[in-house]
Amino acid sequence: MDIDVKKIANLSRIRLTDSEAKELAPQLSSIMGYIDKLSEVNTDGVSPTAHPHDVAMPQRPDVVTNPSRRDALQQPAPRTESGLYVVPKVLE
Amino acid sequence: MPFRSLSDIQTQLEAGQTTAVEVAQLYLDRIAAHNDDLNAFVFIDPEHVLAQAEASDAYRAEHAARPLEGLPIAVKDIFCTQNGPTRCCSNILEGFEAPYDAHVITRLKEAGAVLVGKTNMDEFAMGSSNETSAFGGCKNPWNTDCIPGGSSGGSAVAVAAGLTPAALGTDTGGSIRQPAALTGLVGLKPTYGRISRRGIIAFASSLDQAGPMTRTVKDAALLTSIMSGHDAGDATSVSDAPNFDWLKACEGRDMKGLRIGKPKEYFIDGMDEEVRAQVEAALKKCEELGAEIVDISLPHTEYAVAAYYVIAPSEASTNLSRYDAVRFGHRCDNPEDLEDMYARSRDEGFGEEVKRRILTGTFALSSGYYDAYYLKAQKVRTLISQDFKEAFEQVDVIATPTSPVPAFKTGEKTDDPLTMYLSDIFTIAVNLAGLPGLSQPCGFADNLPVGLQWIAPAWQEDKILAAASAYENATDWHTKSPVKFGGAA
Repeated sequence: MDIDVKKIANLSRIRLTDSEAKELAPQLSSIMGYIDKLSEVNTDGVSPTAHPHDVAMPQRPDVVTNPSRRDALQQPAPRTESGLYVVPKVLE
Repeated sequence: MPFRSLSDIQTQLEAGQTTAVEVAQLYLDRIAAHNDDLNAFVFIDPEHVLAQAEASDAYRAEHAARPLEGLPIAVKDIFCTQNGPTRCCSNILEGFEAPYDAHVITRLKEAGAVLVGKTNMDEFAMGSSNETSAFGGCKNPWNTDCIPGGSSGGSAVAVAAGLTPAALGTDTGGSIRQPAALTGLVGLKPTYGRISRRGIIAFASSLDQAGPMTRTVKDAALLTSIMSGHDAGDATSVSDAPNFDWLKACEGRDMKGLRIGKPKEYFIDGMDEEVRAQVEAALKKCEELGAEIVDISLPHTEYAVAAYYVIAPSEASTNLSRYDAVRFGHRCDNPEDLEDMYARSRDEGFGEEVKRRILTGTFALSSGYYDAYYLKAQKVRTLISQDFKEAFEQVDVIATPTSPVPAFKTGEKTDDPLTMYLSDIFTIAVNLAGLPGLSQPCGFADNLPVGLQWIAPAWQEDKILAAASAYENATDWHTKSPVKFGGAA
């Protein structure tokens, strides 16, 4: 199978170097080739798994439970200013 | 002395024969002596370890001991822990310190455990040999030319080499059971939903489950009993999960009346013949203990790896989108714009295997391919679950080899990702079906440990614990430890 690695990498927001893309292309083809095995299985009328167990999602009262921890949670950020995350300019 | 179970240490602490500080110091000394060679730990803060041990001794002096009072436990680098870095062994989390503890870490602390340090792992738990770690691989103490398995390789090495009596791992496709098998330990992956995933760095959320890696079945039960239970912070942690007395479940001494399923798809051409022989011998032992071995079939087994390598990378590509260089993690120098910042930071931060999986998952989820891959894989997953349901109408538990081969040489499978993926051929179906699975030592092949895997219906870990305890009691494989590190083979 031919996979456009650069296109997939762009969707994944990963900038691959040309040599990385060249190395990955045959590997991905070989992995997807193995995965094509799935087409041998007759899945007519079979429901896809949505959850490993047949259980209802738990519910909780709709109340605020978390204290404000903005400073602690922003501490690992590469750049913040006045409690806001700083990123390169988006709008010209 | 270092190759003791948690229960043995607990008995000595209770009898006043030792203190938590002495126990902690013994393992810190072991780590100082052997970690440079083995690379099992990626972070250790001896002062913090001793402070926890002192606090535990002080607590014991004033109160009744808590369930894990003073017991040292190492933690895979995938669990968020305060006091030090949490990296998931990835460069993208360079410098990251978690602002909170994972739910299971809070539970261990509240039970009096002493957390020893963070253990090596495959980057983001993506690997079966620990070789994708940003900190380099770690070595199997039974033969240091070999890998210890993965992704919880560092936890396996730390326990197997006597650097800690127990450790936590996580298991998405076999990452607790396979390294436990390859290093001669007990490793338990509980039923999906038994243990909260909050604060455990996500790989594939419908498959990930935390669990213990220990020297004995009872130790695995003890830790799981503390780790498990509903947590409102993880919507998939089940609130009314069937429960039982975990330690009592380990009192099994025979297997009278137990029906053990032996699936023909797990005894196949191409597997290591010595591994097959050891597992066959283990099943003979079970028969002597009163079990009946029933030949069964799990017909969709051969599609489990293919389904897994659609589902797990798809979920990973979504989960790992959070590494955007905005809220945490590595940011590239001088980004030209936002796009450049995302794409370059992620290229620099992620290792090769992680990129491979993100790309595989993105491809499988991309427009025009979703039905053929993701939806198809989820349907095959349903069939795999049904295979188990039908089998459990005939048998109580299923027994298989954990891995088709013993530990392989470092570098042997790194060139071909697909060969590496096939290492997990006997563990993956259990994750897809959300079932509990346990690996325990059952012999040696080429002087390397072999694992016996037990599988039970959802929420019936007690059946696994009873069978594995009876087997453990009747054999002495769990008492072996690597001579090179002061053990007794």
